[in-house]
Amino acid sequence: MTIQTHNSNVLMNTSTMAYRNLLKTMHNPDQFMDVIVQPVMFMLMFGYLFGGAIAGGVQAYLPTIVPGILIQTMLSAASGSGSQIREDLDSGVFDRFKSLPMAHIAPLAGQLFGDVLRLIIATITSLTTGYFMGWRPEVGFGWIVVIGLLAILTGWALSWLFALVGLLAKHAETVQSFSLMTMLVLSFMSNAFVPLKSLTKPLQVIARFNPVTGVITAIRQILATGSWTQSALLVLVFDLSIVVVFAPLTVWAYDRN
Amino acid sequence: MTAIKAVEVSHLTKKFGHQTVVNDISFDVQPGEVFGLLGPNGAGKTTTLRMMTTLLKADTGQVKIFGHDTIKEGRLARSMFGLTGQYASVDADISARENLMIFSRLNGLSRQAAKQRTAELLAEFSLEHAADDPLKNFSGGMRRRLDLAVSLITRPALIFLDEPTTGLDPRTRTQMWETIRQLVRQGSTVLLTTQYLDEADALADRLAVIDHGKLVKVGTPAELKQQVGGTKLVFTVSERAQVATAVRVLAPQVTTAVQQIGQQLQISLNQLSQLAPILAAINQAKIEISQLSVQEPSLDDVFMTLTVGKN
Ligand SMILES: Nc1ncnc2c1ncn2[C@@H]1O[C@H](COP(=O)(O)OP(=O)(O)OP(=O)(O)O)[C@@H](O)[C@H]1O
Ligand SMILES: [Mg+2]
Repeated sequence: MTIQTHNSNVLMNTSTMAYRNLLKTMHNPDQFMDVIVQPVMFMLMFGYLFGGAIAGGVQAYLPTIVPGILIQTMLSAASGSGSQIREDLDSGVFDRFKSLPMAHIAPLAGQLFGDVLRLIIATITSLTTGYFMGWRPEVGFGWIVVIGLLAILTGWALSWLFALVGLLAKHAETVQSFSLMTMLVLSFMSNAFVPLKSLTKPLQVIARFNPVTGVITAIRQILATGSWTQSALLVLVFDLSIVVVFAPLTVWAYDRN
Repeated sequence: MTAIKAVEVSHLTKKFGHQTVVNDISFDVQPGEVFGLLGPNGAGKTTTLRMMTTLLKADTGQVKIFGHDTIKEGRLARSMFGLTGQYASVDADISARENLMIFSRLNGLSRQAAKQRTAELLAEFSLEHAADDPLKNFSGGMRRRLDLAVSLITRPALIFLDEPTTGLDPRTRTQMWETIRQLVRQGSTVLLTTQYLDEADALADRLAVIDHGKLVKVGTPAELKQQVGGTKLVFTVSERAQVATAVRVLAPQVTTAVQQIGQQLQISLNQLSQLAPILAAINQAKIEISQLSVQEPSLDDVFMTLTVGKN
C-alpha cells in the first residue's frame, strides 16, 4: 500500500505554506493587531490630538496624516515578517520542513506571499478609518487603488529586508526590537506626521534622505493632482530595486540556515 | 552482501567550534530492523540523527539512505524516510487535522489523498476526538502521537525517531512501543535514539552505544550484555570471619577471580551447571550465606561499563 505522491513543485508548496500562515493567523487573531488595531488607533489618536496643533483642524490634517499612517502601518506590518521567520526557524517545525522532499524555498516564499494579505488588510483599514474621519480625496477611486497598490508594494519590498534581518539575527527578541526601532525612526523622522519645514535643519536633512518621506510625498502628490508623477515612478523603481537586491540576499541567508 | 542497506553511515564527523560532537561514526542499518542509538545526555545522538536526515551538514563523512547519497540525491533520499525529532516538530498554532493536511500537501499528496490520509492517521493514532482543537490543549502524549503520525504520512520505508518516549507516562510509553512494533511488522525500518535501556532492550534488534561522540560498540542487546560478562552469582557471607575461607574454597570451582565487596561475593558463571558444585563447596565448608541471587547482565551494566557520560 503505497501513497501516491506527485513531484511537488515550488508553486504548490508555496501556496500550501501561505495557507499555513493564514491558518496560524486565523487561530491567533491577535496577529492582526498590528494591521487592524494599530492603524485605527494611530489614525484617531494623531488626528484628534495633533490635528489642531499641526494643521489647524482634523479636516485639514487628514491629507497629511492618512498617507503618513498608511506607510507607517506598512512598515510595521513588514517588520512582523522578520520576527515571524525567526520564530519559525527556532521552532521544531522548521526541521520538519527541511526534512521533507519539498521545494526548499517554500517556507520563505509562503511567508512573503502570506504577508501580502496582511498588507492588503492594513491598507484597507488605514484608508477606511481615514474615510470615516472625513478624509475625502478629490481624485477618482482608481487613484486611491493606485496609491494602495504603491503602499502594498513598498511594504512587500520592505518585508524582504526585514526577513533578511530575521534570518541573520540570533534571537527573536533582537529582531523585534530592531524592527520596532527601525519602524519608529523611519516613520517619525519623515514627513509622515509633520511638514518638513517645521523640522530643525539637521532633522530636515535626515528626513529628506529618508525613503519613507519619498514614498509619502509621492502618494500625497497623486492624491492632490490625480496623476502619475515623477516621484511615484521613483518609488516604483526604488521598491523594485529593493526586491531585486534583497531577494537574492534573503534567499542566500535562508539557504545558510 | 549485495542487498541494499537501509542506512549506511560512514565516517561521520561534526565539530561545533573546537568541540568534536560526532567523531568518525560508521554503522549500517539493515532493512526491516530496529536499530537503536544508545547514549547518555550530550553523547551526540541527536546531532548524528540530524546529519543523517539532512538537517545538518556533516563536516566529513557520508550517509546513504537505501543506497542514495543524502547530499548528492538529497530530495530522493528525503522522500524515503520520515522523521520525528526530539522536540515537537508540529505546528502548535494550528489543529491536528490542519497539521496533517498541510504536511500531507507538502509531501506531495493531492488534496483528495491528503484528506483521506489525514482521516486515516487521526483514527489510527486515536486523535479523532481532538482533531480540531488547538494543539495548546494537547497532552505530551497526544503531541508525540501527532508528531509520529505526521512522520508516517507517506508510509516511509525508513523512520527516524529521536527519543520517541521521553516525557511519556508508562502507559503511553507502552502504547508507543506497540505502535513502533506495529510499524516494523508492516515492513518499516526504524532507527531510534534513546537513553532508556529497557526501551533499547525491548525494541532494538541491534544497538550502537555512543559516548562523547564516539561509537563505543555495535551489536545485538544480547551480544552487548555478553561483553560485560555473563551471568553472575551474588551472595553474602553471614559471618565476617568466614569470608576468607569462602574465597579459598571457591577458588578451584571458578574460572575468574571471586570478587569481594565487604561480605558480599560475586562470581561470574560461564555455565549455570557451575552452580551446584559451588553451592556444595560452600555447604561442605559449613559457611552460612544469605541473600543469594543469580543475576543476568542488564543493559544498565553495558551502559555503565561502556559510557562515561558528560559529567
Ligand atoms: N548547534 C549546536 N551548537 C553547539 N553545540 C551543539 C549544538 N548542537 C549540539 N551541541 C552540543 O553537542 C553535544 C551533543 O549534543 P546532542 O544533542 O547530539 O546530544 P544527545 O546525545 O542527543 O543528547 P540528549 O540525550 O540530551 O538529547 C552537546 O554537548 C551539545 O551541547
Ligand atoms: Mg538528543
